[in-house]
Amino acid sequence: MRVVVLGTGILLLTNACAKSENNILIGEYGSLTGGTATFGQSTHKGVELATEEVNASGGLLGKKVKVITEDDQSKPEEAKTAVLKLIKQNRVIAVLGEVASSRSLAAAPECQKSKIPMISPASTNPKVTEVGDYIFRACFVDSFQGEGMAKFAREALQLNRVAILKDIKNDYSVGLADFFEKTFRKLGGTVVEIQSYSEGDIEFRAQLTSIKSKHPDGIFIPGYYTEVGLIARQAHELGLHVPFLGGDGWDSPKTLEIGGPAVSGSYFSTHYAADDPDFRVQGFIQKFKSKYGSMPDAMAVLGYDAAQILFDSIRRAGSEDPTKIRDAIATTKDLSGVSGLISIDKNRNAQKRLVILKIENGVFKFYSAVKP
Amino acid sequence: MILINPYILQIINLIGINAIMAVSLNLITGHTGQFSLGHAGFMALGAYASAAFTVYLHEPIHQLFPSLAPVYWDSFFFMTSLAFGGLVAAFAGVLVGVPTLRLRGDYLAIATLGLGEIIRVVVLNLDFVGGARGFTDIPEYSNFFWIYGLLIVVVICMARMVYSLKGKAFLAVREDEVAAQSVGIHTTQYKIIAFVVGSFWAGVGGGLFAHLNTYLHTNSFGFLKSVEFVVMVVLGGMGSITGALSAAALLTILPELLRIASEWRMIFYALLLIVMMIVWPQGLFGKRELKWRFKKLK
Amino acid sequence: MSEFLQQTINGLAWGSIYALIALGYTMVYGVLRLINFAHGDIYMIGAMVGYYVGRLLIQGFHGAGVLILVGVLAVSMLTCALLGFIIERTAYKPLRNAPRINALITAIGISLFLEYAGQFVFGADPKFFPSLIEDGVLLNLNGVIINKIQFIIFLISIALMIGLRFIVMKTRLGKAMRAVSFSHTASQLVGIPLDQIISFTFMMGSALAGAAGVLVGLSNPKVEPLMGIMPGLKAFVAAVLGGIGNIPGALVGGLLMGLSETYVVGYLSSTYRDALAFVLLIFILLIKPAGLFGKSVSEKV
Repeated sequence: MRVVVLGTGILLLTNACAKSENNILIGEYGSLTGGTATFGQSTHKGVELATEEVNASGGLLGKKVKVITEDDQSKPEEAKTAVLKLIKQNRVIAVLGEVASSRSLAAAPECQKSKIPMISPASTNPKVTEVGDYIFRACFVDSFQGEGMAKFAREALQLNRVAILKDIKNDYSVGLADFFEKTFRKLGGTVVEIQSYSEGDIEFRAQLTSIKSKHPDGIFIPGYYTEVGLIARQAHELGLHVPFLGGDGWDSPKTLEIGGPAVSGSYFSTHYAADDPDFRVQGFIQKFKSKYGSMPDAMAVLGYDAAQILFDSIRRAGSEDPTKIRDAIATTKDLSGVSGLISIDKNRNAQKRLVILKIENGVFKFYSAVKP
Repeated sequence: MILINPYILQIINLIGINAIMAVSLNLITGHTGQFSLGHAGFMALGAYASAAFTVYLHEPIHQLFPSLAPVYWDSFFFMTSLAFGGLVAAFAGVLVGVPTLRLRGDYLAIATLGLGEIIRVVVLNLDFVGGARGFTDIPEYSNFFWIYGLLIVVVICMARMVYSLKGKAFLAVREDEVAAQSVGIHTTQYKIIAFVVGSFWAGVGGGLFAHLNTYLHTNSFGFLKSVEFVVMVVLGGMGSITGALSAAALLTILPELLRIASEWRMIFYALLLIVMMIVWPQGLFGKRELKWRFKKLK
Repeated sequence: MSEFLQQTINGLAWGSIYALIALGYTMVYGVLRLINFAHGDIYMIGAMVGYYVGRLLIQGFHGAGVLILVGVLAVSMLTCALLGFIIERTAYKPLRNAPRINALITAIGISLFLEYAGQFVFGADPKFFPSLIEDGVLLNLNGVIINKIQFIIFLISIALMIGLRFIVMKTRLGKAMRAVSFSHTASQLVGIPLDQIISFTFMMGSALAGAAGVLVGLSNPKVEPLMGIMPGLKAFVAAVLGGIGNIPGALVGGLLMGLSETYVVGYLSSTYRDALAFVLLIFILLIKPAGLFGKSVSEKV
C-alpha cells in the first residue's frame, strides 16, 4: 500500500515536471481502445498528420506544437478524467475531442469550467455546443444532415415510402433518424417502418425481413460503417433491392469492403468527396496514404480539420491565452479545410456544405452538394 | 481542498466512490458468498434515480415548501436525493434477491449479469433520463466530504452488521448453506438482507457518481464495470472490508499510473486477474481486518 | 405468411451458430462444472484465424471453393483446440479444487485478455471475412429465400452435433467423458486419466467454437476482436435452456434462442434484442433450472 502511494507520488511529480516545455501544448482525448477504438484511432491519425505538417512549416508562434493524447477507453466517465488530466496536469491550452457525443458531453463541462476551448471533430448531437461558449465543433449537426438527406430522398430520388433502420445505442444515429423522419414526413413522404439494431450486431435479417414486408422504395440507414456494410449485404440476400441512404457514418473504405456489390447504388451524406479534384483534398489523401498506408475515413478528415481550425485560431489570436484562442475560433470564417470552406457560426457549430456521394462500381463518387 | 490539483482530487473522489461500491459488493459476494456480476446495474439505478430526483423534483419541492432554509438546500436535499437513489436500487435488490435464492454460484453470476444488461437496455430507452444521448446537466453536489463521509457510514454499517453475533449468519451462508439451514439459520432472509443492503449502498454510490461527473451514460455501467468491482472484492480478500477499501484505492490509481501504456492497460489488468487467482487467491487481506475494535477472524 | 416463414429461416440459420457455440459450453460444463467465460472469445479467435488463413489460401490458390473452406475450418479448429488446451492447462487446472468463484474470475480474466490482446494484435477495426465459397440463393419459394450458406451452416451444426453425440455415447472415450462428468474421484478410481480426458473435452469444445467462428464469418462476414462477447453469453443461455451438460439440448437451445430472438426483433421491437436472452435465462432458471432436457439434480445433504 505504501509502495503504491510512493509510486503515485513519483509518477505525478515526473508528470508535473514535464510542464516546463517550450512547446505549444494541445490536448486530445479519444477512444483509442474499447468498443469504438477505430473512431478514436482514425481521428488521432488526422490530428497527428495536421500536427506534423504545422511543425514542418515552422510551428505556431515560433514554437513547436505538441499534442498530448489520452485514451478514454470508449467510456464517458473516463473522458471526464482524461480531460481533467490534460487541463490540470498537462496544462494544455486547448482540447480536441471527442467523436462520440456521449463522451464529448461528459468532458465538455470541465473544459467550459476551466475556460479551455474544446473542438469536437465529429460529435453531431446539438447539445454538445450548448454546454458553453468554449465548446465548438468542426462538423455539422444532426439536424442539418438529417434534413438534408430527407430532402434529397424526396426531391432528387423521388422516394415515397422509406423505411428507417437506426442504431438504438447511438445518439448520433437516433438523432439523424429523427430529423430525417420529421422532414421526410413534412415533405409528404411516408415512413413505412422504423426498426433498430445495436452497434456491434452482425445479424439484421429479422429487421430487414420485417421491413421487406412493408415494400419500401428506399431504406435510410444512419449508422456507422461498422454495421452498414453487413446490413446492405443481408438486405440484398433477402431480395431487398432498393436504394440505401446514409449519413457520414458511412464514410470509410470498410463500407465498400464489407458491403461489396450490395452497396452499389447507395447514397450517403458526408464532409468531403475523395474524387474532388481540389488540391487540398487530393493533397490530404496523398499525405495520409503515404504516412499510414490506407485511405482516410471521415473521422480522420474531421480530426485533421479540427486541428486545422485550432492551429489557424492560435495563429490569428497571436497568443497562447485560451480565452483569446476561444475568441479566434469563434470568428473562424471560410477556413479552407479538407471538408470544404469552414465557418463557425454563432452556435459554435461548423457551417460547411453537405456533400452527397453515390457508390458506383466499388468507389465513392461525388453526386451533389447542399450548401448550409 | 481548492489547493489540490483538481485532477488529483477527481481521482481521490473516484477512489471514495469505488470504495463504497466495493464494500457494498463485499457484503453480497464476500461475506454472504452470493456471486453478483450485476453490481454496476444497481449503481446505474441509483445514479439515474438520484439524478432524476435532483433534476426533476428540485422545482416542485421548491414550489411546495418555499420557506425551506438554505441549509436544507445545501445538505438535506442532496441527502434525500441520494437516499432516493439508494431506495430504488434496494427495491431492485429485493426483486433480484427473491427469485435468485435457489440459484447456485455460476447461474447466479450469469443471472445478475443479465440483470445488469436488462437495466441498461431499459434505461437506454427512457428518454426523460437522456436515453442514448445521456443525462446531462446534473448539478455538481458531490465533493470530498460527502463521499468520504458516506464511505465512513457505509463501513461502520457493514462492520456492525457482519461482525455482530447475528452477522455470523452471513458467513454461515457463504461457507455451507445446507449446514447453516440445518442449524436453524434462515438463509433466505440473510441472502435478501445482503442483497438489499448491498444494493442500497450501491445506489448511493451511483448517486454520488452522478453528481460528481454531472453526466450519465449507460455505457459507464456495463458488464466490465461490474467485473471491476468484483475484482476489487476478490483482490482485497473476500469478506474483508479493509481489503475491499485497499483494493478499490489500488485499482483506481493503477489505471492512472499506467496511462503511459494505455494500450497495454487492459491486457495487464486481465493478466493480473488470471495470475492473482492462480497464485494469490486469498487476496490482500484474506479474511482478516485491521484491528480497530473489530474482532480478528481466523 | 411468407414473412413468418422467412423469419423462421432466419432464426434457424442464426440459431445454428448459437448451437455450435453452446455445444462447446455444455461439454466443458459437463466435465468441469465451469462456465468457460472465455468460450465466446475462442469463437472470435476461430473467426480471426479463419480470416487470415482464408485470405492466404485464396491468394495462394487463386480462387475459392469447398476445399478452401475445409482447409480453413481445419486450421481454425486445430488452432482453437490448441488454444483451449493451453488455457485449460495453465489457468483452469491449478484451480480445479479451488472455490468456484476463483475459477470463474480467472475465466473472466482470460476472456478480457483475449479481447484486448486481440484488439492489440489484430487491430480494433472490423475486417471483412473472405468469401470462401460462393453464396447464392438455394431456394426461392414465393419470396421466401434460403441462401446456400445459411443451409450449409444449419447442416454442419446438425452434423457436428450428431458426431459429438456419437463420440460421447458410443465410444470408450465418450464413456470416459461421461464418467468424468459424473464424478472426478470415482473416474480416477477406475483408472480414467482425468487430466487427459478433461483436456480432450476442452479441446473438442474449443474446436467447435472455432468452427462456429469460421461459419459465422461466412454468413455474416464481419469479424473483429470484440465479436465474441454477446454470442458467447447468448450461447450460454442457449446451453442452459437446453439443459447444461446435454448435447442435443445445446442444439435445441441454440435454435430456440435464434428463433426467439428473430421473432422478437421482427415482430415486437428490436431494442430489447440483447435483453431478451437474459430475460429468457432468468425465466428458465426460475421455472426449470435443469433446462428442457436436463435432469433435475437434487442436492444431497
